[in-house]
Amino acid sequence: MKLTLNVWRQDGPGDSGRMVRYEMPDVNPDMSFLEMLDLLNEGLIEKGEEPVSFDHDCREGICGACGVMIDGRAHGPLPGTTTCQLHMRHYKDGDELTIEPWRSAAFPVVKDLVVDRAAFDRIIEAGGYVSVNTGSAPDANLTPVPKDVADNAFDAATCIGCGACVAQCPNGAAQLFTSAKVSHLGLLPQGQTERWRRVRHMVATMEDEAFGSCTNFTECEAACPKGISIDFIAQMNRDFVRARFRDPEADD
Amino acid sequence: MAWLVDFYRSPLAKKAVMAVTGVMLFGFVIGHMAGNAKMYLGAEVFNHYAEGLRTLGAPLLGHGQALWIARIGLLGAVLLHIWSAWQLTLLNRRARPTAYVRRDLINATYASRTMRWGGVIILLFVVYHLLHLTFGSVHPSFEQGNPYHNVVSGLQNPWVSAFYIVANLALAFHLYHGLWSMFQSLGWNHPSYKSARRIFASVFAVLVAAGNISFPLAVLAGIVK
Amino acid sequence: MELDAKIPSGPIHEKWDRHRFDMKLVNPANKRKFDVIVVGSGLAGASASATLAELGYNVKCFCFQDSPRRAHSIAAQGGINAAKNYQNDGDSVFRLFYDTVKGGDFRSREANVHRLAQVSVNIIDQAVAQGVPFAREYSGLLDNRSFGGAQVSRTFYARGQTGQQLLLGAYQALARQIGTGKVRMFPRTEMLDIVVIDGQARGIITRDLVTGKLERHAGDAVVLATGGYSNVFYLSTNAKGCNVTAVWRAARRGALFANPCYTQIHPTCIPASGDYQSKLTLMSESLRNDGRIWVPQKPGDDRVAGQIPEGERDYYLERRYPAFGNLVPRDVASRNAKNMVDEKRGVGPTKIGVYLDFKDAIGRDGKNAIEARYGNLFEMYERITGEDPYSAPMRIYPAPHYTMGGLWVDYNLMTNIPGLYAIGEANFSDHGANRLGASALMQGLADGYFVLPYTIGDHLARHLGEGLVSTDDAAFQAAEEGVHRRTERLLGIDGSRTVDSFHRELGRLCWENCGMSRNRAGLEAAVARIPELKEEFENDVKVLGSAESFNQSLEKAGRLEDFFELAELMCYDALERRESCGGHFREEHQTEDGEALRDDENFQYVAAWEFKGQGETPTLHKEPLEFEYVKPSQRSYK
Repeated sequence: MKLTLNVWRQDGPGDSGRMVRYEMPDVNPDMSFLEMLDLLNEGLIEKGEEPVSFDHDCREGICGACGVMIDGRAHGPLPGTTTCQLHMRHYKDGDELTIEPWRSAAFPVVKDLVVDRAAFDRIIEAGGYVSVNTGSAPDANLTPVPKDVADNAFDAATCIGCGACVAQCPNGAAQLFTSAKVSHLGLLPQGQTERWRRVRHMVATMEDEAFGSCTNFTECEAACPKGISIDFIAQMNRDFVRARFRDPEADD
Repeated sequence: MAWLVDFYRSPLAKKAVMAVTGVMLFGFVIGHMAGNAKMYLGAEVFNHYAEGLRTLGAPLLGHGQALWIARIGLLGAVLLHIWSAWQLTLLNRRARPTAYVRRDLINATYASRTMRWGGVIILLFVVYHLLHLTFGSVHPSFEQGNPYHNVVSGLQNPWVSAFYIVANLALAFHLYHGLWSMFQSLGWNHPSYKSARRIFASVFAVLVAAGNISFPLAVLAGIVK
Repeated sequence: MELDAKIPSGPIHEKWDRHRFDMKLVNPANKRKFDVIVVGSGLAGASASATLAELGYNVKCFCFQDSPRRAHSIAAQGGINAAKNYQNDGDSVFRLFYDTVKGGDFRSREANVHRLAQVSVNIIDQAVAQGVPFAREYSGLLDNRSFGGAQVSRTFYARGQTGQQLLLGAYQALARQIGTGKVRMFPRTEMLDIVVIDGQARGIITRDLVTGKLERHAGDAVVLATGGYSNVFYLSTNAKGCNVTAVWRAARRGALFANPCYTQIHPTCIPASGDYQSKLTLMSESLRNDGRIWVPQKPGDDRVAGQIPEGERDYYLERRYPAFGNLVPRDVASRNAKNMVDEKRGVGPTKIGVYLDFKDAIGRDGKNAIEARYGNLFEMYERITGEDPYSAPMRIYPAPHYTMGGLWVDYNLMTNIPGLYAIGEANFSDHGANRLGASALMQGLADGYFVLPYTIGDHLARHLGEGLVSTDDAAFQAAEEGVHRRTERLLGIDGSRTVDSFHRELGRLCWENCGMSRNRAGLEAAVARIPELKEEFENDVKVLGSAESFNQSLEKAGRLEDFFELAELMCYDALERRESCGGHFREEHQTEDGEALRDDENFQYVAAWEFKGQGETPTLHKEPLEFEYVKPSQRSYK
């Protein structure tokens, strides 16, 4: 099938960037979206034009590397789907697509469709862990975890850190990402010791980055390829307030 | 108390403040509507009620003192609500300096997308409403101590009534998102009542709007005169 | 060259304990005097970096991805083995050891495997303490399942995302150390050379993938945790970025590469749908528990599955292996699928695939039961192929998935270059000629959490007081210049073909001649053709852009160049190993029934290859293998 692409091209962080139009005369419906971009790039290279840079790695929807805005939606039109798992059969001959990078002050554009998501790593570094040195763990079955608690924690833990939540949010907020880790660890018995400190530190770091603030649009939940629920945001909000009122002066 | 100021610096805390002040303002809106509904019982009852507000808390409090305490509380809530919203709005603008060329929202309701403009309409209305019926400065035939007359004669102007209706529709949308959002911001999402949050927001948004819009309609229709 | 595996003496169950006592220690105050470089941030790299930092070493960790959390360990689905015996079904350290040695077709080191089985139990404890949400029973205790044909339930799992959850656990431990400043993380940074001074590994040369800047990093030890090389086949289940460059650069500096021909092919992948295909997706092997594999009886049958009557179908696994049927091991299932395709009985639009049919299972257990068991896999299949596996059979085909070969390491996981270590899939040590299901995660974490952090101290303790080599040293300068020249050369070719087109061609060549089954003629042809193709690449590849910017084509070109050389070595090794074992099947060496035929008398050794330079024949060094506890036997699945 034949497609027209409007792709964001930007040489680097200093460049202002622009949309460039490409005609794709022969796209196979069984291709994945990224394979369609591969095809575009092969053609560009053969013509002597620099290919479009885009992040990608596992191409099976788990590494979280890929992700572009397709016609104004993070990861494109299908729910629960990363860009790499979107296939061209969902488009029809003659369609015109607009492809842009995640746009967020916290995710500066590196080149073309590639952005820098290191802010997410910094949020995790601030407290998204259980402080257990290797070797000091007790036997794994010493602490039973009720199945429903474990399942709920798992639902939060499935976050792949792709950044679609930030990209889709009209405010560019990172609440869904942060709350997923806060809740994953905050729900489990292993995470209780550091629960209050963790939420304080992670939220503070999130707020120090250039993310916006949540106004409960619920766009993040809708765009999340792993279907992570905004219930975790509520949980983080609660924990954050509780953490402060439990120990107002804590500044560790 | 330094920690409280420090706490308020956090956008998450500002959302909590918006939720708490929102609840206060919501309480006022409900009370205000319930009180105003007394206009259906006639001028005497209505004026008696209005005067009663001034003697609230007596004999512990003097004439009008309770009312002023409430007014100060509400004013504080309004200021905090607006200031937080303003700051968060600026923050959110900065978070996306380059707009998308194409944008397609998936889930966001009309109400959630119009919170800021709805808020502005409500604010303008409240200012007008105070000038109109509390201070009387923009009321063509304001009579001190006769609120029933002020309301009825004021609303007989169809333009004024139209503004009332528009503002209350804006309020309905604001409440529809705000009341639900409040639970989210304060983290009240216990599974056993989670699904009730949306119903709660819808019911009260409709109730408040319907109640408040009924007053100008009743005046225009001649039911209240 | 004398290969000393440094296997400790004593009975097998005491070796590791004895060794831990015999090794030199670095006292806590001295640990902060050592800088360790870790390349790679998957299960092995992240766990090693975190643990080394916890011990007090200064760690620099490098990954080419934009975040350490994206390493390809994340894609492992099935689970992780551990000899916990929580299910009380007779498992033990010795049984896990035994199964792994046997599963590896008697081509692994007993001592290494036993240690792996020993520390497996600690891994689970560690992961649970980190908050890894393993599946649980209603009691709140951990659940286990039987995996990959094991007769005990020793596999811990986290839905179909065990790799993701374990990696996030290790990533979080790493993030904690980055937060404390003990680990300096270098994402989007690729290692392009190792600096060896007086025979010791002293540092690395890296390229910042965003700015293109070349950087020199000195370290008291260098640890490579850079994964496997399945992408030599172009189409594999590996992530697109997985590459052999770090390991191959080490090999070019004198590190021996062991058993490159041991590659694992996973039988249940979704077949390629066309030439544009960029990677293959694996579906859990558990599908074979209920699905029946078949092809049409007559070659060239173009009818759709539903129109082929029962009598004209060949359930070839059930026919040939009545005892195991569709549950034969990975290599057997894979080879048989290839035979069907070779006999022109393949199915689907490309004719490269076989059916995996759930009709009988749905008829027997109902659609709901099948959906409960495999719902997510069916969904994944439908998402990718656009076909509904409930109404028509799935099509599957084997795909390269894991490489058992890797850098040769001794018992301490050190390569033959002192100070250079290889852990996880990047080394060769624990899986022999075939890896069992749910053992890759176990090995990566065993190496990173519990083995390397001990053994590296033994090396460092001997070098206390030496201090880091200056990065102004001539060797650093020469290495950086070498990298720079190579980059400029690749950019200067300005030919007519894309990097991917060459990679596809190399992949096809390897797949056809050194894939699921190999023979002398094919391997000889490949050994002759690969250098030619490399030369074409060096004359005709087109890499645009500059070296001083973000340039994904340049990254790919460098990686492909290393794949060419690795591919050649892989074919050499396969040619040299005139026996069939595990993932290496030589058509000349099979039983009358078409099963793998080992030659223990002549090939019971580790083939460790020394790279002698481009165009030169590599030198083979042999490390003989001894089996004291698990006596070699013939596998049979009839």
